Amino acid sequence: MLYYLLRRLLMAVPVMFLIALIVFMLLRLTPGDPAQAIAGDQASPEQIAAIRDSLGLDAPLATQFTTWIGNMLRGDFGHSLISQRPVLEMIGQRIGPTLALATVAMVLTVVISLPLGVVAARRHGGLVDRLVMSLSVLGFSVPIFVIGYVLIGIFAVHLKWFPVQGYRPLAEGFWPFLHRIFLPGLALSLIYIALVSRMTRAAMLEVLREDYIRTARAKGLSERVILFRHALRNAAIPILTVVGTGFAMMISGVVVTETVFNVPGLGRLVVDAVLARDYPLIQAIILLTAGTYVVINLLIDISYALTDPRIRYQ
Amino acid sequence: MTTPLNPALPRRRLAGNLPHWTVILSLAILAAALAMAILAPQLANFEPTRINAAMRLQPASETYWLGTDSFGRDLYSRIIHGARVSLVVGAGVAAGAILIGLPLGLLAGWFRGLDAVLMRLMDGMMAIPGILLAIAIVALTKAGLVTVIIAIMIPEIPQVVRLVRSRVLAARAEPYVEAAQLLGTPAPRLILRHLLPATIAPLIVQATYIYASAILTEAALSFLGVGIGTEIPTWGNIMAEGRLYFAMRPWLVFWPAIVLSLCILSINLLGDALRDRLDPKMKGRAD
Repeated sequence: MLYYLLRRLLMAVPVMFLIALIVFMLLRLTPGDPAQAIAGDQASPEQIAAIRDSLGLDAPLATQFTTWIGNMLRGDFGHSLISQRPVLEMIGQRIGPTLALATVAMVLTVVISLPLGVVAARRHGGLVDRLVMSLSVLGFSVPIFVIGYVLIGIFAVHLKWFPVQGYRPLAEGFWPFLHRIFLPGLALSLIYIALVSRMTRAAMLEVLREDYIRTARAKGLSERVILFRHALRNAAIPILTVVGTGFAMMISGVVVTETVFNVPGLGRLVVDAVLARDYPLIQAIILLTAGTYVVINLLIDISYALTDPRIRYQ
Repeated sequence: MTTPLNPALPRRRLAGNLPHWTVILSLAILAAALAMAILAPQLANFEPTRINAAMRLQPASETYWLGTDSFGRDLYSRIIHGARVSLVVGAGVAAGAILIGLPLGLLAGWFRGLDAVLMRLMDGMMAIPGILLAIAIVALTKAGLVTVIIAIMIPEIPQVVRLVRSRVLAARAEPYVEAAQLLGTPAPRLILRHLLPATIAPLIVQATYIYASAILTEAALSFLGVGIGTEIPTWGNIMAEGRLYFAMRPWLVFWPAIVLSLCILSINLLGDALRDRLDPKMKGRAD
């Protein structure tokens, strides 16, 4: 078991290294002078020289890369080109709303899509099943900002149940927080709900055909125990997998949702950074989200091994 | 990284020879979108970029079928012209991702030494959220049609490589490939004649999903202000401009949204139908 954990951890190292390399090369492969690209068309030679200097662009490529990696390993992700503040500090200030948004979306996803998927599989071909399948195709087809505007149109402008935009941190009270985060959370979760309920349904359909389910039925167990104890637990692995790989999708959703609902989180920070060509900030945010993706998927992999002894021996 | 386990195989009743009504409807919608794109100058009532300050934010009328935007431009004409960019971006991204991903996948599936390196690289790329990579690429280069296509295409490549590789690995275990190997077929011929055909059906299906997701990503990029410049109307930037007036004229956002979503929905439904027909065992999206 320990050997398995160590091996999984070690495998994440080259992936992280490659991610860093890709992010690094992104700037250096840009046609022309990267400093010029960052500074924009109207920049003076002095401004370009300053950017050159702060990014260390005059050093050989390999030196640039090792310096950059070395600094990051020591926790120095560089300074913003615009505000001159440490990048990590800026990210730290904006991560709260994003985490809150993602958590609300995740809770909504689990609460809504697991029962939907289970019921759809239980009554395969029935009304709920067809509804889940049609709604999930629809969920994949409507841009998330349109979902956001539809929700705002109905629940904020028309019914006035929620404020149109804005954010309150949890520290200012749970209800004001929930009141403002609910609609963006719902908008963000819809595509995730489409994905997870589809996968839950598919995994449950597979499991429900297994012999042990027939045995459980023959023993006279109640349908609820069979579905949630026996079947859902065994269907958990593909569901967890899709939750992990879908994390990248959620990040894209976060960027757009925060813009629609004016939530001051990481997504807005990265869009502002891109519009201002604040490259150290862009690099750091991409690296951190990619790192989070790797860690989440690593944790999911490890959780398989912990819950399912069959996997460890493969 | 994780390898998704095979989700439940589709167990749909065998379709008859007649396509399902959703397929026919999807084809009709896509044909209409294609006609819009090709015949845009004929179908549009106005130049999509003609500004008329006296006619700002007009409601729908006989002259302006869907009303006008904040510059007094005709919304209907802009949506018709917007079809061009969306369809071209979708086609460009799907074609590009397959042109690059297919050879890489074939090589990774065949040359085991290359496989380990290439797949770790793909794992790394997949960990970077596509939209972040795309906005970073657009931000660092001049925002134009080609840049946007490339920026959306790059994050799609790993999916194609993984799909092709898994198909090649499966085909390698087949007796006909072993037989060809024993007969001394040279590697290039073996790959092109015996392994490539096994990847075509799933690739066609994958292409439809890439097409749909590329159109969505283009719209999201335009919406965030890092897409193709506003001088060319796209469904994404029409919505992006319309959102500023959303409270007053929500249909500036909803009309392009409906057209866009109908197209994406049709492509997705068509992709699902193609998958059921061509490749019932395809992994990936569960049904």
